[in-house]
Amino acid sequence: MAIRSRKSKSDYGSIYRGHEGQWSWILHRITGVAVILFLFAHVVDTAAVGWGPEAYDRITAAYDNPIVRVLELGLVVAVLYHSLNGLKITLIDFFPRLVTRIRGISIAFTAVFVLTLIPTAWIMLGQAWDLARR
Amino acid sequence: MATTTSPRPAAPPDAREAALGRGRPIGGFELWTWVFMRISGLLLLVLAVGHTLIMHLPAGGVDRINFGFVAVRWQSPFWRTWDWMLLMLALLHGINGLRTITLDYVRPPGWRFAITMAFYVIGFTLMVLGTVIVVTFDPTRWGPVG
Repeated sequence: MAIRSRKSKSDYGSIYRGHEGQWSWILHRITGVAVILFLFAHVVDTAAVGWGPEAYDRITAAYDNPIVRVLELGLVVAVLYHSLNGLKITLIDFFPRLVTRIRGISIAFTAVFVLTLIPTAWIMLGQAWDLARR
Repeated sequence: MATTTSPRPAAPPDAREAALGRGRPIGGFELWTWVFMRISGLLLLVLAVGHTLIMHLPAGGVDRINFGFVAVRWQSPFWRTWDWMLLMLALLHGINGLRTITLDYVRPPGWRFAITMAFYVIGFTLMVLGTVIVVTFDPTRWGPVG
């Protein structure tokens, strides 16, 4: 076997076949991009506190909208998914032998994700509903 | 794994490697970012998930957040430190994620350079902006707090 040549990153980055892990891989990318794009806006809107109450309360008034509140639920779901799936990736990277139990680990992580999601969605959709009725 | 000394086969990846996805980098900068993504990810699991749940779930949700809320919250060095660590780690983690995705999908070297540079500039600017605000914020300039 020849010594492995240096490969460009993309040789590993394409969608791999034959394992349902590709779905968690693509969801990990989508949720990660969604969160960082929101973070760009969120750092700027939070920085408005440095210009006083009028500036801050005017900028954050953009969030006082039921549709934005539903989008915020999407953000929280993205943060939750990306965090839990990232923890799964890290666990298997640091303890490679766990890969033989990948199916059980995936089911356990999905269970934690869904069980966290249900009360979170219930509370946040309730808040959006209250705002819509105001 | 049955192999002991031979390097990982170039292609096709075996089942274990396919399950693991992208391989662990062999060294240098890529290995450092690989390790950083996992360590910062573990910290962000607490910092970012904690932040979003604390802000959204208690009674009132984000309706209770206004200038006064931030003024009271940032009287505590604990929350200022939490928010600053969240700022820095989330930006470094997110910008590096965008870099990885750019290297996956953008092939022409000029475009690669331009796009990753744009992300670095945005990330650096937001780190400076956020750090200045978190460190220098003094709500008493606009009246008493509370």
